[in-house]
Amino acid sequence: MQFTINGQRREADVDVRTTLLDLLREHLALTGSKKGCDHGQCGACTVLVNGRRINSCLTLAVMHQDDEITTIEGLGSPERLHSLQAAFVAHDGYQCGYCTPGQICSAVGMLGEVAAGWGSHVSADLSSPGLNTDEIAERMSGNLCRCAAYPNIRAAIAEVGADHASAAATSARREGVSA
Amino acid sequence: MFGFGKSDNSLTMDKPQPVSRLDTTVQGLVGLGVERVDGPAKVSGQAIYAAEYRVDDVAYGVLVGAGIGKGKVVSVDVDAVKGLPGVIDVVTDYDTFIRVSQQGGETEAPTQGVKDIEYFGEIVAIVLGDTYEAARDAAIRLPIEYDTGAGVFAFSMDAERDGDLPENNTPAQSAQGDIDAAMDAAPVTVDVTYTTPSQNSAAMEPHASLAMWDGDGALTLYGAYQMPTSDAQQLAKSLGVAASKVRIVSRFIGGGFGSKLGIAPESVAAAVAAKRLGRPVKAVMMRQQVFDVTVRRSNTSQRMRLGAGTDGRLVAIGHETTASNLDTEDYFEPAGISTHFLYAGENRKVSHDLVRVNWLLSGSMRAPGEAVGLIALECAMDELAEKLGIDPIELRLLNEPAEDPEKKVPFSSRSLKAALTQGAERFGWSKRQPAGARREGDWLIGMGVASAARANTLMKSSAKVALHPDGTATVSSAMTDIGTGSYTILTQIAADMLGLPLDRIRMELGDTNHVPAAGSGGSWGAASAGSAVYLAAQTIRQKLAKAMDVDEEELTLKDGQAIARNRSVPIGSLTEGEPIEATGTIDKGKQEELFNQASYGAHFAEVGVNVVTGEIRVRRMLGVFGAGRILNQQTARSQCLGGMTFGIGAALHEELIHDERTGKIVNRDLAEYHIPVNADVPDLDVVFLPERDIHANPIHAKGIGEVGICGAAGAVANAVYNATGIRVRDFPITLDKLMPHLPQE
Repeated sequence: MQFTINGQRREADVDVRTTLLDLLREHLALTGSKKGCDHGQCGACTVLVNGRRINSCLTLAVMHQDDEITTIEGLGSPERLHSLQAAFVAHDGYQCGYCTPGQICSAVGMLGEVAAGWGSHVSADLSSPGLNTDEIAERMSGNLCRCAAYPNIRAAIAEVGADHASAAATSARREGVSA
Repeated sequence: MFGFGKSDNSLTMDKPQPVSRLDTTVQGLVGLGVERVDGPAKVSGQAIYAAEYRVDDVAYGVLVGAGIGKGKVVSVDVDAVKGLPGVIDVVTDYDTFIRVSQQGGETEAPTQGVKDIEYFGEIVAIVLGDTYEAARDAAIRLPIEYDTGAGVFAFSMDAERDGDLPENNTPAQSAQGDIDAAMDAAPVTVDVTYTTPSQNSAAMEPHASLAMWDGDGALTLYGAYQMPTSDAQQLAKSLGVAASKVRIVSRFIGGGFGSKLGIAPESVAAAVAAKRLGRPVKAVMMRQQVFDVTVRRSNTSQRMRLGAGTDGRLVAIGHETTASNLDTEDYFEPAGISTHFLYAGENRKVSHDLVRVNWLLSGSMRAPGEAVGLIALECAMDELAEKLGIDPIELRLLNEPAEDPEKKVPFSSRSLKAALTQGAERFGWSKRQPAGARREGDWLIGMGVASAARANTLMKSSAKVALHPDGTATVSSAMTDIGTGSYTILTQIAADMLGLPLDRIRMELGDTNHVPAAGSGGSWGAASAGSAVYLAAQTIRQKLAKAMDVDEEELTLKDGQAIARNRSVPIGSLTEGEPIEATGTIDKGKQEELFNQASYGAHFAEVGVNVVTGEIRVRRMLGVFGAGRILNQQTARSQCLGGMTFGIGAALHEELIHDERTGKIVNRDLAEYHIPVNADVPDLDVVFLPERDIHANPIHAKGIGEVGICGAAGAVANAVYNATGIRVRDFPITLDKLMPHLPQE
């Protein structure tokens, strides 16, 4: 099997029963993605596959031939943090840190969904959802945090999301697309 | 030249410590909300947890739990699975495997022996495979024959109750005056029973152990453990080896909340299997096993009696509690622990009984005792206020005791009144309306209040500080950081005491190769380990002063420079080329008996209850706390956010359901055991009151990790009552319990 993981071509000989999460953690030494429940109930294993956030424990590695997979290690390193990683540090958007990589990967995917105009259960206008506190809370509720850093997680995402939204608007204007 | 070398500085808290050097150091880092020093590693996936260490030739171990709730194992058919591809072996050791997890701080082995099944899921074997998938497959298929026995699988208050129990932070039985006579004579009384269900800590990281033996018979276990020093002793006793032969490494722990205080079954199973195989074994519990075999907070039934004069002054407080546990285990949920001292009143009774059941072990979960005990006390106080026609805050202020009403000793520090009054102002309590009176559309809105109290403890702990010639320092200890912020606050203390920037302090925690410490639990971690670092650093300060030929009080250490008498030199230059090392050790002393020590606070909650669906939403919450010196505003606030959210969970969501036919936990995963999610938790307001506690320890800090949960559920429940006029006494308060009583449209 071949995958592109964090921009690098990786190969692995995997059991058909191996989940994407176990591929990352046990075969490729990418332990940043966490196993909290192995049943898609907690979100700690969230990674980005072809730009979309998914629970990597709920998908088998053999389903991902040639897919582009981004894990927490691919977003940034301690020396060069991704803007969301830095915001989580600044806002104390964690405590024990175990759900954190999943929260951050999920937030990256979630901001992309908002930018793409996907509505949510709490969107007042399904065709053009904004990024307010309620939207973040709703869209991040698949990522459990038992330390309950939720208010701080929202603050971190809101800070980056505001920049994200203005960047998206700038980009849209540049491309001649009306916002 | 000065003969620095190593030295020790020990302090037993027999006397108050009115002077803390932290008040006169000049950098002022302690108290600031500095970012976590381990933050960049955590957010980038570089923090390594127990199951993530890379070792060669590791075998994957998958635990197998009993499929019955009571009986005996007749046989395990190893041959049925041993031939499966990738399966190495099935290991069991009926005598050595531990039947239950150990309680926190114990130094003996927990109950061992797994031939006898005492509860559903009890770990009886571990399947080893070259891959996780092979081991898991075999574990699922492994045939086990049982001789099923009759067990007690349901909790009943009609069952025989055991009240003759050893003390557990509070005596099982206590009485003062005559509660029955006082209740008979009191003009206003409340006599109600509150029930709370079993709960699970549900830390995000499942329990995990990676065990490996060396050629000399020494075991290294990478584990997710809160108290490595005592955990290593428990593990050694369980395995029958010398304590010096067991090392536990727990550098990062993905949450504990009590569930990782003592060793859990995967540790011994991994160690036994690693020995048997002669290769490292990694055993990670499945989430379902975390629910089945670690530890639960006991369910409780709590009869609460309050008697007061018409002026609102309490004359009687009775808190008779019953919890449950296995019949080999004497741990009882100390639900009445803060009822002893929270309010005045001459006639008192606090009791703790157990009903014996064949359910998994009950033990510590965040704020054992107060977390559920204050539900009963604080809701009953709300009921009493309603009966008296007195504001709930006024009722609490009226019953503020001048001293511990049972032990007759002073409080070391107590900011309950300030928390209630300042909180009321900040929250807008004066806008609260009578029960059921405020409605916005389909939503009934209510406010609730509750007091918070959590006993403060100090636990013997050591820390070593080494100041290096290059002007950096290393702090090492078996202390842990379970998300509480230990790495950061200990860095702040060392930095201020030694006059070094934060980035010149290196922290080495979570390893029993370091000096021993009590670890993390019971809200003692920061104050205990922090005091140990303080004491070690104080010794180094004295040595630096000697090197400068001044008194320690004259020495200013700042930004890497030692300054005294118009002389400023780099601190590292005073080391004479060799590290200056000192070990600090703090221990509890007479101050614990001479003063009642506790952290206090007040919780305020506003909820909305949908009149059509019964849905309950927490709209806002405020917690005001007095916990001595706050070491880091940000990490302390996060601890309180977490505690308050546990309170929301206890009030509205969390309930382990035991199958009454087998004792099996029916909802043993994170989809069925509901903990609060992001959308359940509004922005929470946290305020810390200025406070110092000179009786607690030399850094004047008290515990902050649990006071945030204490009373939080009561405030939410009281808000639900204020919104609806419906008093639910069986927790959690779910919509089905409100629906029949909501106003009909």
